[in-house]
Amino acid sequence: MKFLSQLISGISLGSIYALIALGYTMVYGIAKMLNFAHGDVIMVGAFVVYTACVKGGMNPVLGVLLAIVFCTVLGVCIERLAYKPLRQAASLAVLITAIGVSYLLQNLALLIFKSDTKQFSSVVMIKPVTVAGLTVSGEIIATIIVSVVIMVALTLFVNKTKPGKAMRAVSEDKGAAQLMGINVNGIISLTFAIGSALAAIAGALMCSTYPALSPYTGAMPGIKAFVAAVFGGIGSIPGAMVGGVLLGVIENLSKGYISSQLSDAIVFAVLILVLLIKPTGIMGKKMTEKV
Amino acid sequence: MADVMLEIKKINVYFGVIRALRDVSFYVEKGEVVALIGANGAGKTTTLHTITGLLKPASGSIFLGGVDITKTPAHKIVSMGMAHVPEGRRVFSLLTVEDNLRLGAYTRKDKKEIAESMEEVFTSFPRLKERRSQTAGTLSGGEQQMLAMGRALMSKPSILLMDEPSMGLSPLFVDEIFSIIEKIKKQGTTVLLVEQNANKALSIADHAYVLETGSIAMEGKASELLNDERVRKAYLGA
Ligand SMILES: Nc1ncnc2c1ncn2[C@@H]1O[C@H](COP(=O)(O)OP(=O)(O)O)[C@@H](O)[C@H]1O
Ligand SMILES: [Mg+2]
Repeated sequence: MKFLSQLISGISLGSIYALIALGYTMVYGIAKMLNFAHGDVIMVGAFVVYTACVKGGMNPVLGVLLAIVFCTVLGVCIERLAYKPLRQAASLAVLITAIGVSYLLQNLALLIFKSDTKQFSSVVMIKPVTVAGLTVSGEIIATIIVSVVIMVALTLFVNKTKPGKAMRAVSEDKGAAQLMGINVNGIISLTFAIGSALAAIAGALMCSTYPALSPYTGAMPGIKAFVAAVFGGIGSIPGAMVGGVLLGVIENLSKGYISSQLSDAIVFAVLILVLLIKPTGIMGKKMTEKV
Repeated sequence: MADVMLEIKKINVYFGVIRALRDVSFYVEKGEVVALIGANGAGKTTTLHTITGLLKPASGSIFLGGVDITKTPAHKIVSMGMAHVPEGRRVFSLLTVEDNLRLGAYTRKDKKEIAESMEEVFTSFPRLKERRSQTAGTLSGGEQQMLAMGRALMSKPSILLMDEPSMGLSPLFVDEIFSIIEKIKKQGTTVLLVEQNANKALSIADHAYVLETGSIAMEGKASELLNDERVRKAYLGA
C-alpha cells in the first residue's frame, strides 16, 4: 500500500516535471537553446494564480486561465526581446542571457512579492478518492488527468496538424523549412508560447500539491525538469514525457524507501548512468546541424 | 529582355572575410533550362542560397519576374513562384513522404489543388506513392532526391532551382532524374540547374554559365560550351 501510494504521488510529481520538461525540450528542438529562465516562468504563473485567486478571490479556473495567458505573453516577449537578437550569436552568449533572464524574473518577483514564502491555496476542486483503503488526493488526480490530456493533445498537435508538422520541419532543418515557406521566427514564437502556457499550468498544479510559493519556487523544479528532458533525450517530446514521469517516480520512491536527503543525489546518479549507456537520452536521436 | 524570369546583378557574398562570390551576374530566361557549372567550392551552392534568401549578399541585387527580392526573407520566396531543391536533398527525415510533400505546398491554401499536385508528383515518381507513409529517412538516396524534387514541385513553381540533383546517385537514378528535369521543362517550368555532371547538364540546358572561384568565367549557349575546348578540358574530362 505504501509502495502504491508512493508510486502514484511519484507519477503526479513526474507529470509536473514532464509538463515543464516539454517546454525545455520543445524550445531546444526548435531554437537549439537551453532556456534556463523556463523554470521561473512556472513561478510567475503561480504568482499570477496566487494574486488572482488567493488575494483577489477569483474563480480558480479563471485564475489558471489568466496565468496561462500571462505566461504565454511573457514567454513570447522574453524570446523576442532577449533571445531573438542573439539568433546568430555563440550559444554561450545565449545561455548566459537565459540565466540573466532567470535572475531578472526572480528579482522582479522579489521586488513585488518580497522574499517570504506565501501559503498557496489549491486550485483543484476535486475531492480525495479512496479505493481499497488507498486515498489519493484531488490534486494528484487532477495533475495526472490534466497532464495526460495535455500530452495527448500536444502529441496530436505536433504529429497531425500543419503548424505541428512545420514545427518538426524547423526542428530538423531550419534552412529547408524556410524554403517550404515556413516562417521560422513565427514557429519559434509559437514554441515559446506553448512551452510557457504549459509552465503556467505546471506552476498552478505544483503549488496546489506543494502549497508554498516564493520567488525561488521555480528554480529547483526547473533544474529537475531540465534533467528530465536530458534524461528522455533533449529535443524529443515523448522523451520529455517519459523522462519527467520516470524522474518523479524515482525521486519519490527514493524518498520513501532510501532517504529523503539522498533522493536528489539518486536522481542525478540515475541520469549519469543513463547518459553513460545512451548519451542521447532514452529517446533522443543524433541530429546534425545544417545552415 | 522581356521574358527574363530571374536576374542576378553583381552580387557579392562573404563568409566572414572570405569573399565567396565576386560580382556574379547572370540571368535566366522564361522557359529555359540554364545550367550553372563549376568545380567543387566554386560558389554554386552559395549562389543558389543567395537567390532564395538563405544568404544575404553584401551588395548587388536579385530580381524575380522584375521584382527586387534581394531583401525578401527566404520564407516569402516560395509563394512568389520560386522553389529550391537544395544540395544534399535535405528532406525532413523524421516526417513521412506524404508530410514532406505537404510541406512543399505549405503556402498554398486550396486543398483540392494540393491533392491534384500530389497526384501529379506521384505520377512522375511512382516510387514515392508506394512509400508515401514511410519516413523520409528510410528512403534510398535516389528516392530522397525524387522526394526533394517532388516536394519543390508541390509549390507549383514557375522557376525551379536544383543543386546537384544527381550527386551520389547510381547511373540509373541519374538518368531518371534528368528525364524528369526535361519533363519539368516541357511543362513550361523554368529551371536553374547546378550540376557537377557537366556533360549531362549541358546536354539538356539551353544556356550555361561557368563559375570559377566565385566569379562567372564563361557563358554561352549550352551546345557551344559543350564543344568548347576549355570547358571540355576542365569539366568534361576530355
Ligand atoms: N557556411 C560557410 N562558411 C564559410 N565558408 C563557406 C560556407 N559555405 C561555403 N563556404 C565557402 O564558400 C566557397 C563556395 O562554396 P559553395 O558555394 O558550397 O561551392 P560549390 O557549391 O560550388 O561547391 C567555398 O570556398 C566554401 O568553402
Ligand atoms: Mg555545392
